[in-house]
Amino acid sequence: MDMGTLMFAGALGLMLIGTAALVLSGHLMRMVFGLALLESGASLLLVLTGYRSGASAPIILDGVVPASMVDPVPQALVLTAIVIALGVQALALGLVLRVHRAYGTFEMREIRRRMERDICDQAGLELPSSNEVPEPYPGSPKPQQGEY
Amino acid sequence: MRQYNSMRRLTSLLFLAGLGLLLAAILQRLNFGQPPMIVGDAINAAAPAQVGAANLVTSVVLAYRGFDTLLELTILFTAATAAGLALGREPGDRLADPEAGPIVRAGADLFFPLLLVVGLYIIFHGHLTPGGGFQGGVILAAAFFMPQLARPASRLEHRMTTLIEGLAGATFILIGLLALFEGEAFLTPLLGVGTLGTLLSAGTLPMLYLAVGLKVGAELAGLLASLAEMGAEE
Amino acid sequence: MEWLVLIIVVVMLGAAVAVLLLQHYLAVLAAWSVVSLGLSVLFVIVRAPDVAMTEAAIGAGLSSVLFALVLRRVGLWRIDTGVPGDAVKKLPGREPQR
Repeated sequence: MDMGTLMFAGALGLMLIGTAALVLSGHLMRMVFGLALLESGASLLLVLTGYRSGASAPIILDGVVPASMVDPVPQALVLTAIVIALGVQALALGLVLRVHRAYGTFEMREIRRRMERDICDQAGLELPSSNEVPEPYPGSPKPQQGEY
Repeated sequence: MRQYNSMRRLTSLLFLAGLGLLLAAILQRLNFGQPPMIVGDAINAAAPAQVGAANLVTSVVLAYRGFDTLLELTILFTAATAAGLALGREPGDRLADPEAGPIVRAGADLFFPLLLVVGLYIIFHGHLTPGGGFQGGVILAAAFFMPQLARPASRLEHRMTTLIEGLAGATFILIGLLALFEGEAFLTPLLGVGTLGTLLSAGTLPMLYLAVGLKVGAELAGLLASLAEMGAEE
Repeated sequence: MEWLVLIIVVVMLGAAVAVLLLQHYLAVLAAWSVVSLGLSVLFVIVRAPDVAMTEAAIGAGLSSVLFALVLRRVGLWRIDTGVPGDAVKKLPGREPQR
């Protein structure tokens, strides 16, 4: 295993695990953590694209310019991206807190059910049967509430 | 329901596998260690004479891509404001935290000046060594958050942080506008290059980084304080 | 240098899987901090000291504090010690679930 394969595997793994947390988990807090993982994987990938083997960091010490330096542009981009990621996380956490205050839970499915119920209550409509799940065929066991 | 859920999980896993294949195919084409450095080499060659910052990342962040940094500060400001809006307190849900123990209080008193010095050092040496306004600003925010962790009763002045933040942002734009009066483009570094590697070099870059550091620090300190003031839910 | 990168990548990916799988959110937070720290060491190895400093200060430091404050706010931060009367209250939707 050379260093490049390992580093790329790390970046790829972080991005995939972050996406997995986003799509597989229904818990809002874990989704925010997944978003953070995805962002860190992307920033590692960006920094790796600017790495030149055998080069030194893009800093001039004591006026001696090194023979070859790594690319400073992706580093500057990632520098700002990490700070923006913090802002995005703060905003996401604020929204999650708001949702928790309104519905009292972090589960996506439960939140959606309560939200639909609230909307139907306000509009004076009957709560429609869920449009996600097909009607059970005759004779099938009735799906239990709360299980998913 | 259970059947539907397993179906959903299966499609999610399929999606993940496809994404992984796609990313792996892209990564295979990248040569690790031999990047096509057209812009990077040009900047590495020209920046020391043109900008005068020993840290080339700083000259990219503040000189070549200064406008980008300004917009990034705008994004951070917007996100922090929106988060503060979403975190807005409701009457009746404040719970006063008890004061921390003597060890935490003594530690906060001890570390506050040290963190302040470290943060300002990192900001002022942003054009010479690794670090700069963003990193130093975060350390300043941590310095101002620690006393609040030790003594929850003493509250951060939100008016003060907003004032510092606004002044720092205005200073950044003002320094950028001054270049226009000199007949240069917006945010062009002024005041000459100076000697490479000394503290007073790189023209206006240290001032810009000081503005960035104060703005980031004030913003994040205000955000952390408003989160901490919400208290814990019992 | 390869073995160092190998160790860090394995630890980082293991911690990332822990973020995905762990039940208690304080542990998830700790695992996320480990991911950030490993990432900042990797940044040092690829000659990006500025980015490493930012990641260590923001990713491992401030972001974790942010998450911790939110977990404390919503009551997901208590540790179930198994002692009667000390357990996490089982309010609706409050239990840590996957």
